[in-house]
Amino acid sequence: MTEFSQNQDRDWIKQRFIIVSVCILFVFALLFLRLVYLQIIKGKEYRLLSEKNAVRLKSIKSPRGLVFDRNKKLLVDNRPSFNLKIVLEDAGEVQETVKKLAELIAMPFQELMDYIAREGKGSVYKPITLKNDISRDQLAIVEAHKFDLPGIHIDIEPTRYYIYKKTAAHLLGYLGQINTKELKTGKYPNVKSGDSIGRYGIEKSFENYLQGKQGGRQVEVDASGRTIKILRTIEPVAGLDLYLTLDLDLQQTAEKSLENKAGAVVAIDPDNGDILALASNPSFDQNDFIGGISSKKWNALMSDPGKPMVNKAIQAEYPPASTYKIITSIAALEENHITMNTTAYCPGFLKYGNRTYRCWNKNGHGELSIINALAQSCDVFYYQAGIKVGVDKLGQYAMGSGLGKKTGILLGNEKKGLVPTSAWKKKLYKESWQGGETLSVAIGQSYNLVTPLQMAVLTAAIGNGGTLYRPRLVKTIKDGHGLVIKKNEPEITGGLPASKETLDIVRNGLLKVVQGERGTAGRIRLKDIEIAGKTGTAQVYSMKTNDKRKAEDLKYSLRDHAWFVCYAPAKNPVIAVAVLVEHGEHGSSTAAPIASALIEQYIQGPFKEKI
Amino acid sequence: MFDRRLIKNFDWGLMALILLIGMVGLGILYSALTAGNETDPIHILFKKQMIWMGTGFIVMMIILVIDFRDLDKMNLFIYTLCVGLLISVILFGQLGGGSRRWLLIGFVRIQPSELMKIALIISLASVYATSISNTGFNFRKLIKPAVLCVIPFVLIVNQPDLGTGLLLLLIAGSITLFVKVERKVLYTVSGICIAAAPLLWYGLKTYQKSRILTFLNPDRDPLGAGYHIIQSKIAIGSGMLTGKGFLKGTQNALSFLPEHHTDFIVSVLAEEWGLMGCSILLLLYLIFLFWGLNIAYNCRNMFGSILAFGITTMIFWQIFINIGMVMGLMPVVGVPLPLVSYGGSSVITNMVGFGILLNISMRNFSSN
Repeated sequence: MTEFSQNQDRDWIKQRFIIVSVCILFVFALLFLRLVYLQIIKGKEYRLLSEKNAVRLKSIKSPRGLVFDRNKKLLVDNRPSFNLKIVLEDAGEVQETVKKLAELIAMPFQELMDYIAREGKGSVYKPITLKNDISRDQLAIVEAHKFDLPGIHIDIEPTRYYIYKKTAAHLLGYLGQINTKELKTGKYPNVKSGDSIGRYGIEKSFENYLQGKQGGRQVEVDASGRTIKILRTIEPVAGLDLYLTLDLDLQQTAEKSLENKAGAVVAIDPDNGDILALASNPSFDQNDFIGGISSKKWNALMSDPGKPMVNKAIQAEYPPASTYKIITSIAALEENHITMNTTAYCPGFLKYGNRTYRCWNKNGHGELSIINALAQSCDVFYYQAGIKVGVDKLGQYAMGSGLGKKTGILLGNEKKGLVPTSAWKKKLYKESWQGGETLSVAIGQSYNLVTPLQMAVLTAAIGNGGTLYRPRLVKTIKDGHGLVIKKNEPEITGGLPASKETLDIVRNGLLKVVQGERGTAGRIRLKDIEIAGKTGTAQVYSMKTNDKRKAEDLKYSLRDHAWFVCYAPAKNPVIAVAVLVEHGEHGSSTAAPIASALIEQYIQGPFKEKI
Repeated sequence: MFDRRLIKNFDWGLMALILLIGMVGLGILYSALTAGNETDPIHILFKKQMIWMGTGFIVMMIILVIDFRDLDKMNLFIYTLCVGLLISVILFGQLGGGSRRWLLIGFVRIQPSELMKIALIISLASVYATSISNTGFNFRKLIKPAVLCVIPFVLIVNQPDLGTGLLLLLIAGSITLFVKVERKVLYTVSGICIAAAPLLWYGLKTYQKSRILTFLNPDRDPLGAGYHIIQSKIAIGSGMLTGKGFLKGTQNALSFLPEHHTDFIVSVLAEEWGLMGCSILLLLYLIFLFWGLNIAYNCRNMFGSILAFGITTMIFWQIFINIGMVMGLMPVVGVPLPLVSYGGSSVITNMVGFGILLNISMRNFSSN
C-alpha cells in the first residue's frame, strides 16, 4: 500500500488540495452572489410579486373532438358551460363569502362547504369547483355581485353534450372525472386532476384522439384573484373529430323498436363490417354523467333489472338457439355427412340412448332435406346431423366462423361467448362428454353462448360470400379543419370454413326461412326486398312435457329469448342484422319484425335506386 | 479486538456538523410540508423522512465498525454487486413495467444508481491509489478507470436517469483530475468532449432537450419548467435579507412548485429565512466540505485519502447543482440537496458517505 513517505509527494498533493479549495470557494462565492442578487438587489420586486401572489397559472381546457355519424350528422357536441369556482386564498373570510354566495344562488350553504372540504386539500391557490354548469340566472346574479364575492369566479369551459338523449349511449359512451390512481399511471399526460376522461364506449377507446391538449395562461391577479393582466398564453388544441360508420336514423329506429323490451340490435354492412346500428336497451342518458353522476341516478341504473349499463350487443352472452343451425349445416355439408339431397324423417322427436329429444314441432316435419330443415328449423334433422358431425368438429366450425372469440370491435369489455368441446368440458367439469349433449349443441341449446354482435358478423359473412370482417366503428378521424388524420380501412379477420357450394345451400335455406311457404319467418316478407334469415328461440327455462301451462303464462324472467339474424337483399346483401329480444319468446314474432323494419328503412333510403 | 483509540480519535466535530445540518434540513422540510396544510400538523412525509434519517444514522454507525481499508480489498465485490443491481433494474423493469418489486427489501425500495456512486468512488480510489504519482496518469493507465465509469453510466442513462448518470461522471471526473492526468490526456479528452457535445444533444430525450432550451430561454415553456423557475426565483427573492419567518412563506411552493419538498426545497428556506438563513446553510456546507478535504489531506493512507476526497466531491456536486438549479443558474435536473431534500435513497447514500468519512477520520492514527 502506498503511503505518503516522501516529502515531494506531499508537496504536489498539497498543491492539488489548494486548487480544489479555491474551486469550492469560488463556487460558493458564486452561489452567494446569486443569492445577494435575487434577495437584496431584486428582493423588493420579488417581495411585491409574492405578496400579491400575483403570478398564477390557469389552465384552459381543450374542447374534445366531435363525433359524427356516417352521414356527417353531429352526434356529440361541446357546449359552453359556466362553472362556478372559488380560490380560497382570495376569498377572504371563506365562510362569509360562501354564505353570501349560497344565499344569492339558492344553494345549501353546507353543500358548498362540503365541496370545499373535499376538494380544498391541495393548495389554497387551486380553483375549487363549487358547481358546474350553473344556470343563466345564477350567472347573472354572481356577475352582478362579483365585488361582494372575493375569490369567486366563473370559468367558461367546454362541456360534452350528447345531442340525442339515450341514443347509441352504449356505443358513444360517457365521461368521468379522472382519479388519482389513473393520473399516477402517466397514461394521461395532458390531463390534470378534476378533468374528465372517457369512461365507456368510444369516448374511452378513442380517448387519445378525442382528448386534445390543454392550454394555459400565466396571469397577474389582483387581491381578490381577478385577472388584471395576461402575461403569456398557450392556446389549447382541440381533440380530433370522429366520423362513425353509424347511421343515426337506423340507430334511432332500432332503439325505438326495442322500446319496453330488453335486448340488442346490430346492423352491419356485409361488404366492409361497418356498424350501421348497435342498439342495446334499456339505455341511459349520457348527459347525466357530465360533471359526475348523482349517486341516486347511479343507484337507479345499477338496480334496474334490465341492466341499462350493460351493452347487450357485445357484453351479454346468450344461447344462440336455432340460429346455430347455420353452423351445424356448414359443418355437416363440409364434412360430407350430408348433401343437399340427404333427407331425414322427423316424427316430432328423436330417441337417442334412453332419452327422447323433442322437435319444437310436436307433430313432426315429416321427410325433409337440409334446405327445408333450415327453413322450418327442424330440430330432429339437426339432431341427426349433429350426431354425425360430433361436438368437436362442430366446435371447430363454430370457431372458424368467428364464434367463441372476440370480434375485435373497438369497445371495451367485449365478451367472447363460448363454444363447447369435449376437451373444454373435461377441463372445466372433469367429466367426459355425453353423446346426448351433442344433440343440444347442434341446435344451439347447450353450453353455447354468443353475443348479438358475433351473430351479426357471422350472418354478414354468409351474405357476402364468406368473408369475416372486424366490425368497424370509426371511418375517419379528422382535425378541426377537416384534414384527415387517420383513415380506418375495412379489416378482414378470416373466412367462413365453407365452400361456395355449401354457402349456396345455406343461403338458399335462409332465404326460404322468410320467402319459403313454410318458413318460420314468413310473416315478415316484404313486397320488393328479399330477406334471408334465421329465427331462434333460446330456452331460458325447460318446461316439463306434462306442464299444462302455456309459455305466455310463465314469469317474464323465465320466458325464452327471441333471436333473428338476417341479411338483405338476399342475392346481393347491403345490410345484415342480428336481433335479440330478451324473454321475447319467439324469434319469428318478436325479433324478426324488428329486423325487417330496419331493412326496409335502410334499403328504401340510400339504396332505393340501386335495387 | 476493539481499539480504545477509535473512541479517542472519533471525529466528534464532524458528527456534530452532520447532525446540525440534518436538524436544519428537517426544519426546512417541516415548513415545506406544513405551510398551507393546517389540517395535518405532522405530515406523513416528514415522519417518513425522520425514519429515513434514523435508519441512515444506524447505517452510518454500522459502517464505522468496518475498517475503511477493508473497503479497498472488497472494492471489486462492492462494484460488481452494484452493477448487478443496476442490471437487475433493467431486466425487471422490462418485465413488470413498475419497478417496485425488484429491490423491495422488506418494505423499502432502493435505487441502485444511488449506491453506485459510492461503489464507483471506492473502486476508483482503489485503482488510483496503487499508481498515483506526480507525473499524472497516461491513457494506458486510465483505461481501467474509464471502463469502471462507463459501465454504470450506460446502465443508468438507459434507465433513463440522465441526471444521476451525469452526476456519476462529474464525481469520477473530479477524482481523476484530482489524482492528476498527463497534460496530453487532459487536452485530448477536453477536445473530444467539445466535439461530442452536438452528438450528445441528439441522444437526449425530448423533455431533456426542452429543459435545457428552457434554461437558456425561460419564456420558451412558460407553463412548465420556465414557470417553476420563475416562481422559484420569486420565492427566493421575496425572502430578502431576513426572510418572512418560519412557516410564514406565502409563496411556499404549494401551488407554485410541485417539487417544493424535494428538489426545490431551498426556495422554502430562502423565502422564510432570507439571505441570512441561506448564508448559514451555505456556510455549514462549506465547513463540511473543508472538513472532508481536511480528512482527505491528513489521511496517511492513499486509498483513504482519495476515498475521502471522492465522498466530499459527491456532496459538493449535489449542493452546487441543486442550489444552482433552484436559483436559475442551471437547467432543471432532479438532484436532491444533501440532508435537506426529502427522499430515502438520497439520505441513505449520503449517510453511507458520511460514515466512510468518519471512519477514515478516526482510523488515521494507525499506520499499519
